[in-house]
Amino acid sequence: MSNGQDTKSFFLDEDEIPFEEGQTIIQAALTAGKYIPHLCYHPEFKPHGSCKLCTVRIDSRTITTEDGQTVKIPGRAAASCTTPAQADQHVESNTPELLDLRRTLVQMLLVEGNHFCPSCEKSGKCMLQGLAYDLGVMDPHFPQYFSKREVDASHPDVLLDFNRCILCELCVRASAEVDKKNVFSLSGRGVTKHLICNSESGLLGDTNLAATDKAANVCPVGVILHKRHGFEVPYGQRRFDTAPISDNPVQYAPVKEQV
Amino acid sequence: MNATASPPVKRKLKVATTSLAGCFGCHMSFLDIDERILDLIELIEFDRSPLTDIKHCSPDCDIGIIEGGVCNAENVHVLHEFRKNCKILIAMGACAINGGLPAQRNSLDIRDILAAVYAQPGRGVHVPNDPEIPLLLNEVHPLHEVVKIDYFLPGCPPSGDAIWKFLTDLLAGRTPTLGHGLIHYD
Repeated sequence: MSNGQDTKSFFLDEDEIPFEEGQTIIQAALTAGKYIPHLCYHPEFKPHGSCKLCTVRIDSRTITTEDGQTVKIPGRAAASCTTPAQADQHVESNTPELLDLRRTLVQMLLVEGNHFCPSCEKSGKCMLQGLAYDLGVMDPHFPQYFSKREVDASHPDVLLDFNRCILCELCVRASAEVDKKNVFSLSGRGVTKHLICNSESGLLGDTNLAATDKAANVCPVGVILHKRHGFEVPYGQRRFDTAPISDNPVQYAPVKEQV
Repeated sequence: MNATASPPVKRKLKVATTSLAGCFGCHMSFLDIDERILDLIELIEFDRSPLTDIKHCSPDCDIGIIEGGVCNAENVHVLHEFRKNCKILIAMGACAINGGLPAQRNSLDIRDILAAVYAQPGRGVHVPNDPEIPLLLNEVHPLHEVVKIDYFLPGCPPSGDAIWKFLTDLLAGRTPTLGHGLIHYD
């Protein structure tokens, strides 16, 4: 770095990434144009650290044993969306081991919910789908859960299809942090964890959610859908038809506040 | 002495295909490889397939390509025949891989479905019970929940180009991979 006094940097897969104090690893990487796969990370919200797709290894070491063999000691695994960047760290992201683990996480998400892409309005712009394409997920590997979940069509403008929820809490965070409405929450634990609406009846139609709310426009998968807008973009022209999810990583970087 | 010994004649690989709980869309898409089928037929010969109308697999098939999931007893029977006679089994298309559209009935009770489909106004419910009709399973299953599947080719259907890339990779001895634009779940 030219002004070594002010700018700190770390290494991501051998690339030098500059960062500002307080930035997380994923924020610095995306700003520098390096893609790290993620689902629950969103540049506008506080990190959640739940999907684990952005997991990286930090400071792996290579040692030479007494009998002359070189052995790699894997560094600690950490979610890059919650881990602050530190100067001179060595971070690994694009390794066969981590890509395998990410594929497994995506496969588990795909079998846990009912992700039937051909009939989903979000297909072609779904982050889970785009990520699975990018990671080359060809099969679900695990037995399908076929979980029984409901659809909530009570709201005049917004449809909820719980079959596809990945519990990323982006709508929960958007409703609480941006809209200040607290429309969504997660309830239950473990396998019973699910998304709920904050109204006496439990129905979305009885909340004060508006179609223009941030929470109604942040779902990465096909849960929160706008009525009368399905399949507007033809097959072949949708987001991930034209470019893979890892294309142009700067689009996921935090936007600098104008001073 | 003749110095130009002719190369050994390569045996054509035997390929069997079938559609279980599918719509034949994947087979139609297979035909979308268009004139490339002439190149393909230099390398393979079709065994049991809707394209040949051969009814049973030869015991020495190399590749079995299966479209559709498993929704009834006959599907299970055919799938086992393919597994027994094919060295490599490929699950082709969304239904073979995760149940697809037919699996949308999995959240419903099979008795309720039959009652709704075969209800006749004023005459009660008459579910066909001829012994020749295969019995429905209570749930539709992807292929890999029933037998070992070696390769998966996603898509609804996979495009002709994706099928071509997949098969040419496999025939060349490479692990089939589909890059951006060819890998699709819809």
